[in-house]
This record gives sequence, C-alpha cells and structure tokens, in this order.
Amino acid sequence: MLWDNYDSTSTFDEFLDPTGRPRDALEGVARFLAGLTQQELVARQEAAELAIKAMGITFTVYADNENIDRVWPFDVVPRVITRDEWSRTATGLEQRLRALNLFIGDLYGDQKILADGVVPRELLGNSTNFRPECVGINPPLGVWAHICGSDLVRDGDGVLHVLEDNLRVPSGVSYMLENRLVTKRVFPELFRALDVHPIDSYPSKLFDLLASLSPRQDERPTVVVLTPGVFNSAYFEHAFLAQQMGVELVEGSDLFVDADDLVWMRTIHGPARVDVVYRRVDDLFLDPEAFRPDSTLGVPGLLRSWRTGKVGIANAPGAGVADDKVVYAYVPAIIDYYLGEDPVLPNVPTFICDDPAQRSHVLSNLTELVVKPANESGGYGVFIGPHATKAECEEVADRITADPRNYIAQPTLNISTAPTLCDGVLEPRHVDLRPFILSGEDSYVTEGGLTRVALRRGSLVVNSSQGGGSKDTWILDHTVR
Amino acid sequence: MHDTIANLSKDDPLPPGSTTMLLSRLAESVYWTGRYLERAEGTARVLASHTELFLDLPKEAGITFAPLLFVTGSEDEFALVQDTSSEEHVVAWLASDPRNPGSVLSCLERARQNLRSTRALFPREAWEVLNHLYLCAAEGTDEVIGRRSRLTWLDEVVTDVQRLTGLLAGSMSHDDTYQFLRIGRHIERADMTTRVLDVRAATLLDGRLDTQRAFADVQWMQVLRSLSAHQMYRRTVQTRVLGPDALRFLLQDPQFPRSVSHCLAQIAGCLDTLPRHEATQARCADTQRLVTEARAKTLAWDGLHEFVDEVQLGLAEINTTLTQTYFRADPADAATMLETA
Repeated sequence: MLWDNYDSTSTFDEFLDPTGRPRDALEGVARFLAGLTQQELVARQEAAELAIKAMGITFTVYADNENIDRVWPFDVVPRVITRDEWSRTATGLEQRLRALNLFIGDLYGDQKILADGVVPRELLGNSTNFRPECVGINPPLGVWAHICGSDLVRDGDGVLHVLEDNLRVPSGVSYMLENRLVTKRVFPELFRALDVHPIDSYPSKLFDLLASLSPRQDERPTVVVLTPGVFNSAYFEHAFLAQQMGVELVEGSDLFVDADDLVWMRTIHGPARVDVVYRRVDDLFLDPEAFRPDSTLGVPGLLRSWRTGKVGIANAPGAGVADDKVVYAYVPAIIDYYLGEDPVLPNVPTFICDDPAQRSHVLSNLTELVVKPANESGGYGVFIGPHATKAECEEVADRITADPRNYIAQPTLNISTAPTLCDGVLEPRHVDLRPFILSGEDSYVTEGGLTRVALRRGSLVVNSSQGGGSKDTWILDHTVR
Repeated sequence: MHDTIANLSKDDPLPPGSTTMLLSRLAESVYWTGRYLERAEGTARVLASHTELFLDLPKEAGITFAPLLFVTGSEDEFALVQDTSSEEHVVAWLASDPRNPGSVLSCLERARQNLRSTRALFPREAWEVLNHLYLCAAEGTDEVIGRRSRLTWLDEVVTDVQRLTGLLAGSMSHDDTYQFLRIGRHIERADMTTRVLDVRAATLLDGRLDTQRAFADVQWMQVLRSLSAHQMYRRTVQTRVLGPDALRFLLQDPQFPRSVSHCLAQIAGCLDTLPRHEATQARCADTQRLVTEARAKTLAWDGLHEFVDEVQLGLAEINTTLTQTYFRADPADAATMLETA
C-alpha cells in the first residue's frame, strides 16, 4: 500500500502526525488518496507530467555554456496548510515587508536606524546591493520593494520560520499558478469536494499594483515587463506574467529614453510612451548609463527617468539592499524599530560572521551549522556542515576568515517533510514554501505559495536547478468534526 | 511627424485593430513564425504528393526525388552533405535534417522558438498545439524513411499546422500581430507556388524527356496536387488538366487560396489594417500587376522561368520594404521623429 513504509516520525511531517494519522484539514485528501490504488496514483502522476509537457512549462538550466530547457519537475501530492495558520502567516509576511520598505527608504534617506545604532553602519558600507545612485530618491508611496518572495521552512517543532526575503527579482510565482492548473487537470474530483482557495487573482493584483505606480494617473497606463531575454532562467515566468497581465514583454533594446527623460518602446506604429516597468533585470544591468556600462540588457537613461518621476519601476532600483542574509539577521530588530511590533513570524537563529564573538562560535561549530554567502541566490555556495568533509570545513573556515562580512551561519534545521511520490511509493521529502507578497497602496499575499521539494532522499536542497521539484499548495479549512 | 501613437492625443482613435502597440521586434518574430509554419506545411505537402506520384508511376517514368531539392532551393547545401540524391537521402534532408534550415522539422523548431518568445501575443492553446506538433515530429523522424509511415508523418504536420491556423483564426483577435502572421504565411505560400511551378512545370512544358511526356497529364495533376489544388482546379476550370489552364489557375485564380494572385491580395488586405503601409502596399501592387498581366498561354511555351524569377524578386521586395518599415526602424530615427514632432 501507498503509506505502508511511510515514516512520519523523523521530523515534523506536513501530512501525517507521528502516530500516522492525517493532520487537521487533511482527512479529505487522505480519504481520497486511500481510495486510489498505487497504479492509479502513479497514473495521475504520469498525467501531470504529460500535462506539464503539453503546456510547455519549463525552466532553463545552464550546463557546458548551453542553456537547456527542462520540463518543470512536479509532484502530484498537494501540500496543505490550514486556513488559520495561513492567515497568521500572511499577517506576518505583510508586517515584514512593511518594515523592510521603511528600512530601505531610511537607508536611502536619513539613515536614522544607523544613527540610532540598531543596525551597524558597517553593514551598509560593505553591502554589494546598496546603490549610492538611489540616495535621496522618494519613490511613490514610499515603497521600494513592491514584490517580495519570502522563503519559509517549518522546523521540527512545527513552527514556520522565515529563511530569507527575496526583494530583487523574486521568481517562482508562475510555477505556483501553473502547478494549480496541472493539479486541477489531474485531481478534478478533489477540487469539487474540497474548498481549495483559488490563487489565480495574482496576475490582476500584480497589474493593479504596477498600474498604481504610473506617473500619468489620469490615463490608462502602459505597463511593460522587462526581461533579460530568452536565455534567462526565469524567461518562462517573464513571458507568463506578461501574458497573464495582458502587457508587453520587452527587452532592453525595445526601449529608449529621450532627452526629456521619457521612456518609449519601439512599435510598428512608431515610439509609444511607457509608464511602468516591471523589471526582471538586476539593478546593475538595468541602465548602462548609471550602473554597469557594459550591460546590453538594460536601457540607457532609465534611472534618470525614474529619478525624475517620469516612469515607475518595480522593484525600485536599490531595493535589494535589504535582500542580504546579514540584513536578514536584523529583521526582528528592524520590525521593532519602525513598527514597534513583535515579529509575527520568527527568523531562523542566525550568526553574523562579521561579529567576532559570533564568528568564533561559528568556526568552532562548523559541523553543526549551515553557512551561506550573504548575496548568493539559487542555493549556490551553501555549506552544509553535517554533510561536509573535513577538507570542505577547512575551506569554508578560510573563506569566512578572509571575508567575514559575506557570511552568515544558521543551525541545521530539521525541515518538515511532505509525502512525495518516489518510484511509485509515497516517501517523506523535505519541503519549503515561497509565498509572494505585493506592496503598493494595499498589500496582498498569495494564498499559500510555491512549495518546493527536495526530491532526493534526505536532501535539503529544493532549488529546481539542483534537483528540486515542486508541489501545488492548498489552503484548506479545518475539518468539521 | 505626427504618425506616432505617442503624439496622438487621448481623443484620437487608435488605428483599427491596435488597442495595444505591437513591438517591432515581436512583429518581426511573428512574421517569421508565419513564414516558417507555412514553409513546413508547404514542404510537407510537396513531399507527400511527390511520394504518391512516385508510387503511382511505373519505374520507366524515371521519377526521382532530386527535383524537390530545386523546389526548396536547397540543392547546393544538400550537395555539401550528401553525394547521392537517393529517395532516402532527399526525403530525410527535406523532412527532418537539422542541417537543412528549410527542413520541415527545422522550420517547426524555429516557429516554436519564435512562438515561445512571442507567446504573450497568442492564445495559450496555440503554444500547446505547436509544442505538441514539434515534439511529436521530432520524436518520429525515423518514420520519414518508410513510405507508408512517411505519409502519416507528413499528414500530421499538415493537419496540425492547419489546426493551428484554424485555432488562431477562431480564437485570436485579428489584430496587428495576426496580420503579420498572415503576411508571413502568404508571402511564403506565394513563394512556394512559384517554386513548384518553376521546377516542375518547366520540365513538363519543355517536354524533353519522351518517357515523362507520356505521363504529362499525371504530372500536371501532380503539380496541382503538390499545392493541394487539384480538386479546386477541376471545380473551377471544368476541363481535363491542361498545362496553360493549370498555370493560369495557380498564378491568377482570384479565389484559390494558394494561387499567387490570391496570396498577394491577402497581403494587401493585411497591410490595409496596418499603420504606415504605403511603401509596402506599392511593392505588393507592383507584383500583383505583374502576375495579373501575365499571359499563361505564352508563358506555358516560353519564358516561364524568367517570369517566375521576376515574381520572386517582387516577393523579395515586399519582404524588404516590410522589414524596413516595421522591424528595422533605426532607433536614431525614432528619437529624431520625436524631437521634430
């Protein structure tokens, strides 16, 4: 049988409690799965894989200087979160983003938080994501990070922790939406039976947010999605979001900025004015006039146009200053400083290697810790102590000593598992969750988010570029007893 | 300069069919999607009808697959990679060889690549159909060697491209994007029709090979069949298949969708709905005049090859003008246009 050898005791399992009974809100799904034979479940998984292939849901990986389109890896068993837990989590995510936006605005403004000594000034001096070009700018509504994707993990104690906040160009939301379409095709009967909350309003919420940034509020704004192009690993998502919002997907070469700092795109009718740019290009490549002069992905003069309020840009250039694993360690203090509130969602305890006392603790406990570079994403450069060889430990110790500002360390978490179909049987696999938060005049949090799953037994790496898969995420009401 | 959207006031109506503004880069990509899809379909039709002809005629008719290399204009590239133009080699080259940019599979691949980067402009199902078509065709390349499975493979390509065409006609707004797709399709179709005429009809009219002349009727039918025109020809012309009539039908019939004249009229119709179309319209009208004024009876005996060359030059002119107007507007010009506005 499907569950025969399922171990729900080695850490917190999202589906079964340690006695092997389905958790709150999961009875309906459990009953449905129990009614399927192993062959039937495998057939559903195959149907899902076929659908994904037919829908052309792919992501791009780099290997041998080539980019290869891979079919999006997906596990058919949904991950479920109860509605109560989700409302609490959504409140916490909004709180975080509100505080982070105040923090970013402060850093590019009066820098009160540094003057008050809550966050050390050195942090800014050493930050690779601080953009001096943005000092003194007041973006509309005081919002810098309009779109945030935060990574959540559940520890062995069952509590959701924030692992990081992605404030630069977070990706994954298209896969969240596509996963739902696939699941609806594969388990239509479950959607009829259970009250799974829909998630498909995201694109229109995103469009409304972007439209609200238009400098010409009395006219229908022209919004564009700016992509680095078809070779970018998230190109699928850029195209998807543009299509869903009904806006143009542009590349840098499609746009130009005129002498009056207005942004235009090249069309078959001639130049057309652009009001808002949802950019999926990193800061440094955004405007060769302001940042890296060798960038061919950007638009010369874009920063100048934004600075003078002639175009809206999301996320604002420079917003990434708060997307840094060292800043992360200070988020609870940042929330307290700006909002006078306790954080709703806990951080994972974090050691800052730049602090001599914490660094020495890290160096003497490497085998129990996870060490991360401050500014990498995609899971690259992460050192996992319990899995490391002696040589790897020595190597990471050297790197920390040489550049302590660039490293943080966290205890190895006992991340929760969820049942995942592996070679025809359900096995526990570690999962995380990336919800997306929008912040403009109002804020919005996705219903759930993108659940990523480490498909290799025991692995904690959920990134799709490194063998991770994904699941649909359902927010369900508590079981009525 | 007042013909930019940017300079229209709020009260000015947008040009018809353009509630959003099509990017030059995308318009070009869509235009080529239309061309690649039509080229894939056209090449598949020619290959299928030639395979059938090959099965119908006795060996002494001396039919080979080599003329298909001339129809597709790829004889030189072929010679670089193959020594003999055997059936197997020619078919593989035209159907699935990745080294031939004009092979059915290469065209599908490029159309898919283009559609991928322009998918925001199309109904979602369009991508699913083309993606499915490409994956199936790519997985079945072994099937093109055997004659029976080859016909199935080719049929599927034709049917699926047609399905895509129908899907777009029925579920996509007939906006600027759609017009560029159609212009691409019709330029390519006119091009294919002239190529088939040039290569096959020329041999027939020439009548140098006695054995082939014996089968001239069958071959003329085949010319029509290569362009899926046989049945419509019979309905319209109502005589047995005669060279000059077939030629007139394929060049000038106003209603048959693969005739050169019809294709040009379609292009003109598409251009009508696009902004800044004057120069391209003029080139299109020049070529249409050339085709309508041609005398099929004379051409059937003399000068067909030269005439086809002229028509093809005309099609190339349309392509060039279109490209310059819509796709390659110099960025410096755009900026100057605004400054002088």
